[in-house]
Amino acid sequence: MQKYQAGKYDVAVIGAGHAGIEAALAAARLGVNTVIFTINLDWVGNMPCNPSIGGTAKGHLVREIDALGGEMGKAADKNMLQSRMLNLGKGPAVHSLRAQIDRRDYSAYMKHVIEKQENLDIKQAEVIDLYREEDGWHLVTKLGAEYVSRTVILATGTFLGGRIYVGEVNYEGGPDGTFAATELSAALYKLSLPLRRFKTGTPARALRSSIDFSKMEVQEGDPKIVPFSYSTTENGENRVVCHIAYTGDETKKIILDNLHRSPLFSGEIKGAGPRYCPSIEDKIVRFADKERHQIFVEPCGLNTEEMYLQGMSSSLPEEVQLAIYKSVKGMEKIKIMRNAYAIEYDCVNPTALYHTLEVKEQEGLYGAGQFNGSSGYEEAAAQGLIAGINAAHKVLGRQPLTLDRSGSYIGTLIDDLVTKGCSDPYRMMTSRSEYRLLLRQDNADERLMPTGREIGLVKDEAWEAFILRSEQKENEIKRLLATTVSPSEELNAFLESVGTSPIVTGVRLSELIRRPQVSYEALAPFDTERPDLPDGVCSSVETEIKYEGYIAKQKAKVREMKRLENRIIPPDIDYDSITGLRLEAKEKLKKIRPESLGQASRISGVSPADISVLIIYTGERDKNDRV
Amino acid sequence: MSTTIAAISTPQGEGGIGTVRLSGENAAQIADRVFTSVSGKKIADAKGYTALLGKVGNGDGDIDEAVALIFVAPKSYTGENVVELSVHGGATVTRLLLRAVLDAGAVPAGAGEFTRRAYENGKLDLAAAESVMSIISAQGGQDLRLALAAKTGRISSEIAKIREKLLAVDAGMSVFADYPDEDLPEFDPETIRESLSLVVDSLDTLLKNYDKGKILREGLSVAIIGAPNVGKSTLMNLLSGDNRSIVTPIAGTTRDIIEESVRVGDLTLRLADTAGVRETGDAVEEIGVTLACERAKSAELILAVFDSSREMSEDDRKILALIGEGPAIAVINKTDLPQKLDDREIALEKVYISAKKGDDSALAAKIAEVVGTAELGADRAVLQSERQRACAYRARQSVLEALDTLDSGYTLDAVGICADEALSALLELTGERVTDAVADEVFSRFCVGK
Repeated sequence: MQKYQAGKYDVAVIGAGHAGIEAALAAARLGVNTVIFTINLDWVGNMPCNPSIGGTAKGHLVREIDALGGEMGKAADKNMLQSRMLNLGKGPAVHSLRAQIDRRDYSAYMKHVIEKQENLDIKQAEVIDLYREEDGWHLVTKLGAEYVSRTVILATGTFLGGRIYVGEVNYEGGPDGTFAATELSAALYKLSLPLRRFKTGTPARALRSSIDFSKMEVQEGDPKIVPFSYSTTENGENRVVCHIAYTGDETKKIILDNLHRSPLFSGEIKGAGPRYCPSIEDKIVRFADKERHQIFVEPCGLNTEEMYLQGMSSSLPEEVQLAIYKSVKGMEKIKIMRNAYAIEYDCVNPTALYHTLEVKEQEGLYGAGQFNGSSGYEEAAAQGLIAGINAAHKVLGRQPLTLDRSGSYIGTLIDDLVTKGCSDPYRMMTSRSEYRLLLRQDNADERLMPTGREIGLVKDEAWEAFILRSEQKENEIKRLLATTVSPSEELNAFLESVGTSPIVTGVRLSELIRRPQVSYEALAPFDTERPDLPDGVCSSVETEIKYEGYIAKQKAKVREMKRLENRIIPPDIDYDSITGLRLEAKEKLKKIRPESLGQASRISGVSPADISVLIIYTGERDKNDRV
Repeated sequence: MSTTIAAISTPQGEGGIGTVRLSGENAAQIADRVFTSVSGKKIADAKGYTALLGKVGNGDGDIDEAVALIFVAPKSYTGENVVELSVHGGATVTRLLLRAVLDAGAVPAGAGEFTRRAYENGKLDLAAAESVMSIISAQGGQDLRLALAAKTGRISSEIAKIREKLLAVDAGMSVFADYPDEDLPEFDPETIRESLSLVVDSLDTLLKNYDKGKILREGLSVAIIGAPNVGKSTLMNLLSGDNRSIVTPIAGTTRDIIEESVRVGDLTLRLADTAGVRETGDAVEEIGVTLACERAKSAELILAVFDSSREMSEDDRKILALIGEGPAIAVINKTDLPQKLDDREIALEKVYISAKKGDDSALAAKIAEVVGTAELGADRAVLQSERQRACAYRARQSVLEALDTLDSGYTLDAVGICADEALSALLELTGERVTDAVADEVFSRFCVGK
């Protein structure tokens, strides 16, 4: 093939999905010369699975991305069809925002955002080769264009070595009927990246008019909508409803009768599938005693009649799929427009990466999203943002950015991936964070906006609004701690009505709010001096007073953890030469090459005694270095 | 800020003195929770390099007299605040003290941790540091062997059972939070409360059995006391099966303390035969009597021997007074002779034997009954070390806190955090991490996902 020199860049992003977009935008916004490649420009920011953003822990990620100056939250707010705050009765740590999104509008919005972005070039091209020479990374496209870039971010999603499975049929292909990236994996093998196969799947899309919604439950959005982005000022509105349907005995029978035709059960698919997102046949087999399984029917957008059937992904043959869907009450006459399929793809073992998402053995090469073994649009976007910032920082000669577990879900996600690796596609969950009462969706700005501002991704307007909110919050907490209410008939009647004891002497407002039964909002009639504050500030104030004891406990845990976290392990450490380390620990440490003692302590197979040895060894080295 | 660690820093076993050392930010505050000085002065208010005399105690009362040595950071072995509490010898007393200190908020020191901290704070040179590294690694190996031994034993299966229960609740709460739209069985507070209460019960049993288990494992220090010539040494010889104690009819033959470890029934007894307690003019014998009295005080069990062929004597009554309320068994000896003793005066558990005729089975049964090992069946799980006990104790505290959180009407996320902590304390014993364990449990137990 005849090659030609096509241009030089600072950052090249391969893939324009949720990870690639954030990576490219962050780099370009930090002022470095950036290019983004996509196999098909009509699928920028596509949602090949759920037409929704957020959900438990994922909603937290979107808020964190927004606080750092990312795009996903703004895009989601702009293209939102229905919004719900999940888990409202279950406590502030697990409140999570989830929104139905207009899939095509979201993609168009994102495409337009990257098109308008300064310092960012967009190319529809398949990158087929990647190698490093003295002048930087060389990227070669299928048509022979050769680009040179100082850094490269791999955000290849399910395109990389993608293979589609439907029953006995399988073929090379990317998501939603696109072409797969078939040649790049070979180049990555040459770079000695530890690649492997993962698998995921998606259900069918069906025609709205072929579904009888009168036989299903309706799921409405929240009356009062909370936006994802701290910058969103206009009130969103719910424009669609979702529906809930259930599988029945017939569904089970059809699946069990046809199990032998599934490529998963026949062993044809070798890739590890996500445990949190089992196909319908997987659910039926693994949870045989469960009588019924839920299906959410979600609209894909306002300008389409396609409905997404959440809960029924499958890799059974097309005709079996149809029979399965028809067995569901309300779907007897269903018309399938796109069939369900499983897709297998190449990804890297993320323990090969640093917390910056740079590949340890390949300077200037970064990974983000499904390439790193995660799953989900939000997880992808979060990593894209961090990889983009770090690639730009490398070019600019700035300090790399790493976020720790105690400060964000993004930090938790990346630490889990690079320290422990994953054996199936990794999904964020609130239970993955040991600090979840600190990492709430309401305080993402407090946790991360100062960092975003320092990096240079948070604009003046958003920053000023944040400063205002912080002041409001601080003042309101002070006021509640200082203001006393006297007992009155009305107040005591209220207290008793919510199941808590009446007061006999004057009590500070904060003391009343501390009672689990008393909400900040319900106390308003007895708090005449209360200033008018935004909802977000009120809920933050209430949480920090009510859960003060638990929050303090978690903060103490963080301080304890930081002691080890702040001890950096020299990158050139030779574990073999350290006496006292057990063999298993040596092997694990050599493989993961942790950056800090904190990270080392989270590696399975490294014992507290090994950590003690490392503390002494690294301390002694420091001392010698200083001499 | 560093956590405050504690450990017994004198050799384990019988010694003249036993020391528990605390090191860390709150060493003084924690020590103050178990120590009361004679002068009323708090350890936290004392200067470095000073000592306070006083008493140490736990929730059940006083443990022993004690001296507190106070070191203020950075002038201490570890470079941190250090308090050393020294009590009269005896493994039991020292262990009781350690436990009180752990219950008061200290955490058990890890292998080589005092030295590690000393090193971190610049208190050791390279040579010392290197030797510590090898010690730590050796201890690490020992820890591992212990853990492996425990892994195959009953204790791990018992802890595994508790872990399963706790994990089920924790995963239930997680799935309830992480999969709000799923069609899962209702998870109500009452179910959580029941499960958590069961966990508390199991942990309680484990903790109670720890003491009894320790007796089975490490044996029991037993002092044989009695008036002269009631047959103490004959009893000792019966139990030990040889003529270690010189048995003669002359009162005052045994002047020093004779020790012997013997197996009686399921138990190892560390026997001490003492001089007969009586008023005496003989100086050497006098020392022996004093020793006997001290020994009786520090023993975990007293076997008070009485001669059933004689009337109750003044010396016998002295013995009864000496015993006080400690665990003791009255061994009524010489049942082969005509009975003259009025045993109604002896308000102790009694066993009737003839040491000379040589059958100790009744005594063995009585000992097991009194120290509580009889109810500890062979299939019972027993915590193996003070460290394991501390983990179980912390787990219990956290579960109680979870229950309290639930009862106060807090949301489940706060309950979950307490449950996580309990689980984390238990998982320390197996080396797992809570977040991983919960995620695995969620995926294997619940049918969730789109």
